[in-house]
Formats: sequence, structure tokens, C-alpha cells
Amino acid sequence: MLRFLFRRSLGAIVILLIISAFTFFLFFAAPRDPALLACGKNCTPDAIAVIHKNLGLDKPVPVQYWLFMSGIVTGRDFAVGHCPAPCFGYSFANNDPVWDTILDRFPTTVSLTIGAAAVFLTAGVGTGMIAAWKQGRLIDKIFSSSSLVLSSMQIYFVGPIVLALLVYNLGWFGQPKYVPITDDPVGWFLGLIIPWFVLSLIFTAQYTRMARSSMIEQLQEDHVRTARAKGMTSRTVFFRYAWRGSLIPIVTIFGIDLGSLFGGAMITEYTFALPGLGTLAVKSVQNTDLPMVMGVMLFAATFIILLNIVVDACYAFIDPRVRLS
Amino acid sequence: MTSPSQTAVTQTDPSGLGPEGLRKVKDRKGGELVGRSPGQLMWIRFKRDRTGVISGCVVLAFFLIGLLAPLISKLYGKDPYTRYGQITPGLLVNGYPAQPNGGISAEFWFGIEPTLGRDVFMQLVYGIRTTLYLSVAITLVSVLTAIVLGVAAGYFGGRVDYFIGRVIDLLMAFPNQLFFVAFVPVVGAIFVAPEDAMATWMRCLILILVLWFLGWMSLARLLRGTTLSLREREFIDAAKVSGASPARIIRRELLPNVMTPILVQTTYMLPSFVTSIAGLSFLGVGLVEPTPDWGRMFANAADYYRNDITYLFFPGIAMVLFIVVFNLLGDSVRDAFDPKRAR
Repeated sequence: MLRFLFRRSLGAIVILLIISAFTFFLFFAAPRDPALLACGKNCTPDAIAVIHKNLGLDKPVPVQYWLFMSGIVTGRDFAVGHCPAPCFGYSFANNDPVWDTILDRFPTTVSLTIGAAAVFLTAGVGTGMIAAWKQGRLIDKIFSSSSLVLSSMQIYFVGPIVLALLVYNLGWFGQPKYVPITDDPVGWFLGLIIPWFVLSLIFTAQYTRMARSSMIEQLQEDHVRTARAKGMTSRTVFFRYAWRGSLIPIVTIFGIDLGSLFGGAMITEYTFALPGLGTLAVKSVQNTDLPMVMGVMLFAATFIILLNIVVDACYAFIDPRVRLS
Repeated sequence: MTSPSQTAVTQTDPSGLGPEGLRKVKDRKGGELVGRSPGQLMWIRFKRDRTGVISGCVVLAFFLIGLLAPLISKLYGKDPYTRYGQITPGLLVNGYPAQPNGGISAEFWFGIEPTLGRDVFMQLVYGIRTTLYLSVAITLVSVLTAIVLGVAAGYFGGRVDYFIGRVIDLLMAFPNQLFFVAFVPVVGAIFVAPEDAMATWMRCLILILVLWFLGWMSLARLLRGTTLSLREREFIDAAKVSGASPARIIRRELLPNVMTPILVQTTYMLPSFVTSIAGLSFLGVGLVEPTPDWGRMFANAADYYRNDITYLFFPGIAMVLFIVVFNLLGDSVRDAFDPKRAR
């Protein structure tokens, strides 16, 4: 286990290095001067030169990359002062420290993700199992067809409809917003309930489809047939034998989904105007705010890779045949 | 020299044709036995699947709408650019359609767009056209890349396999939505100077490039696995013994056998590219005005829906319908190739 974690962490660092280099150099390949953005209106060549010097833009790009990356580990000194590790620099658009901004936005994304994931994992796997249990019966047909339609929905389509109906027409809920759970747990819950609902509606449908097909596939496996042949009740076979095997694809997809959601559910956050990492990313891209984009990109990639490692480690618990080393 | 390997291909087809695939079916005319290729058998099975045929027709209809958009425009008598609501007084009141339900009438079938006053039906038809063109192009290049790299990795193994495998791992770790959003403008800035206006074809090319970059890996990985197992089969050995070159083996022996996963995966890939493109447009980094675009209709609708929700329904329902039928078609294609697999 330790060896597995060590090897995978090394791999993760290499991948993050490549992703960061790719992002960094591609951004600088674009012939657009980031200093112009930081300079704003009434810009003089002198002011640009000062900004270049302050941000380290006067150095060659590889050196800038080196300074940026070493800043993450050791911290960095800028003209405006010392930036403690992990230092991702300062936003070109408003001079905020990137790391603080990310930490500031992250709770929103985490709240959105965890709430929605709890709902769609339990509801999706639950309905999928019921559908597989009652395969071919009416309830299976209802679940399967509704999940097919729901999983084809898009957040930018369902979101506005739900908002128009529940917020503007019926007035049951207020505008979705983020209130820290430590300030006001009820406000936190009520502010996020619509985003959770919409996000998990679509994901639930996808998990229902996946759990159902994975379960049905498992029920045709040899070990399941053997279990039945030796006279076990269907219930035991279903919940003890088939269920475990059907979890593997679900765990894989769940890990991937969770990883990408932690990096910011861009469309959901944008639709409901929630101040999470996703909206931060969209905004910084629109502003060509390189340090911010780099920060969010690395942050999001770290989560994807981290969750991948967790998923692989989980296989060993679910499937005793899997060895990690 | 070709015949032994040819029959081997038909007989060891991995698509699970089983006894049905090998059974000679009686010909109606003479009572004589005829052989049928896996493709024919697949087609026969597909035709029996009513859901598959219906969804196939709807998918075809979508493509025809996209392809024949100029013709539809001519017959309908309007185009997606003219601001009818602004040139004809009385159609829009305070920027919103005067008539109920978003201004649906005999003249404007799907109503008129708030503020700009364009025809929604034409916008949707042309939007479907651009989005489908783009998705088909991205699907084609992604599938081609996946075939080349996946089959190469599986067939040659060793260092090639290792290298391609690591590239796939790396690209899989990219946060893809964020990547798309971040790189569409950046790649645009590399090719076009900021003060110049970017041509529409350039924008399309950039979208294709960026989506392709992270679009091919899962199919490549799948093909690698399939090729890896096929490589050990007897008919490949037979071809090797008979002195066929690697290129020939890949083209004539391997590729026909991986057509099934390719076709099935393609039917799942295309709708996902459609939603990706639409998502990009929704976030404001896709195609720009005045090019009609399916996804940008959602971005516009987000501004209008509080006062005119009808505008949102047309692109929304069209997209749900498109994705549903495409998924159903994908399932049917898979069942037709692989009848043993449960649904």
C-alpha cells in the first residue's frame, strides 16, 4: 500500500509538472501582453516596464516558469511584498493573491459538490439497483426510460426552468446563493438546494443507468450462477455477490466525477451565479489572468489525479483479486 | 493467398456473432445456402429493432435539417440573421414579443427572439447545422487519431505502447472542461492577432483542435485493449506466417475486427461533443454573433428566461431529443453487433 501510494504520488507530480508547463508556455505563446491588463487605462510605456519588472515578465519565459514553480514550494518575493508558499503569484486583473482567492472560492465548490454527490450517489445507485432487481417489470421500465431522458438534459436547460418555476413564479425559494455553513447552516442549505437538485438530477439519471447495466452484467457472471445453483436465495446473491462486483465501474466513474466537480462545476456555478472555482476560472479566462488560470488549473488537476489514486486504492478493497503493487 | 485469412476474419469475428453468425441462412429462391457477412447480419438485426430504427430516423432527420438548412430557409422564407422584430413595428414590445408564448404565430413558427427579434426557428435550424458540422468534424478526427494510436499501441506493444499509454494517462488527468474554456481563447490568440477580427472558419478550426485534443483518449485506450487481445489470435498468426506486412495485417485483419467498438463508441462520442460545444458557447467561449449556434441560444436564453421562457424551450427540447435518440441509436447499434450482451 505504501509503495503504491509513493509510486502514484511521484507519477502525479510528474503529470502536474507537465500540465503546468503546457499551460504556462501556451499562455505565453499567445502574443498578448499581460501587463496591459494589470496596467489598465492611462497606460504609459514606463508604467508597463515597471509592471513587467514587478511581475517578473521581463525575464525569459523558461525562467519565469521556474520562478513560478519554485514559488509554489518555497514562496516568492515580489515588489509588493513576500508571498508565502504555496505561492501562485498575484492576479493580473486585481492583484489579489491567487492562492487566497482559490481558498476563498473553494468552500462554495465543495459545498455544491458534496451535497450533490451525496444525493446522486445514493439515489442513482439505489434506483439503478431497484431497476436491475425488477428487471423487465413496470418499475424498471419507468426508471430506465425516465433516467434516459433525464440524463440527456443539460444544466443550462434545466437550471433556468427550475429557477423560473420555483424562484420567480412560485417564490418557494430565494435566489441560489452561498452562505458559509459556519455562519448560517439553514441559509447554507436553502441557498444551495436548487443547484444541488439540478446538478444531482442529471447525475442521478446517469448513475441509475450505469448501476443498472453494471448490475445486470454482474448477474450473468459465473460466480453468481454458482451461488444460485448452490441454493442461495436471490436476495443474498443479489446483495452479497453481484452488488460488490457491480460497484467497480461505479466507483471508477464516481471518482472521475468527484475529481472534476471539485475542480469547479463550471456550468452549474455559472448558471446559478455561485462564486465557486468554476466561475473564478471562467472569469479569469475572460480576463487572460494567467496566474489565476494556472492556479485553478493545477488545483483542479490535483483533485482529478488525487481521486484517481483513491479510486485505484479502492479497487483493492472491493475486489480482493486486485493487488496494488 | 488471401482466401484463408479472409475466411478466418469472418469466422473468428469477436463481435459475438456466435452460432447465428456462422449459420448459413436459407435463400428464398433456390433453397440454397448463402453466407452473410457480419455487416449484413448486423443490418438484419438492426432492422428488427424498432426503437433503433425510429431513433435512427430521428438522428437522420437532425442531420438532414442541418444539411438542408439553406433549403429550409428558402421554403420558410426567412433567414437567421434578419432582425424581423426590429424592422417590423408591433412584433416586439419593450424588447419582448408582443404575442403570447414568445410570439409563436403562423409566420414565426417558433416565435421571435427577444430584443434582437430574429426568427427562432431559423436560428435553431442553422444552429443545429453549425453544431453538427463541428461535432462531426471533431468526431472524425478523434476517431482517426484513436484508431492510429490505439491500434499502433496494441499491435506494436513495447515502447510504442508505453509511450502512447503515458500520453493517454497525462491527457486524462487534464481537467477537460476547464481546459476547453481556458484554451479556446489562448489558441485563438496564437493564430490571430488581438486587433484583427477572427474569421468564423478560424474559430471553428480552433474549437475542433481544442476539443479533439482531449477527445480521442478513451476510444484509443479501448482499441488498444481490443487490439492487444486480437494480436494473439490464430488468424493474425496465420497472416504473419503467410508473410503479410504489418501494414497489411493491421488494415485487412485487425481493422475489420475493431469496427464494432469504433462504431458503437462513435455513436456515444458525437452527442458528447455536441454538449461540449454547446457548453462552451454557453460559457461564452464558443462561436460568436452573428454565426447561428445551438449552444449560444442557451446563453441568450439565460438573459431572457425570466420574461420569456418560451425561447429556452426550443433549443432545449431539441437538444434533449437529439441526445436521447442518439443514445438509443448507440444502444441499438451495440445490440445489433453484439446480441449476446444484455442491455
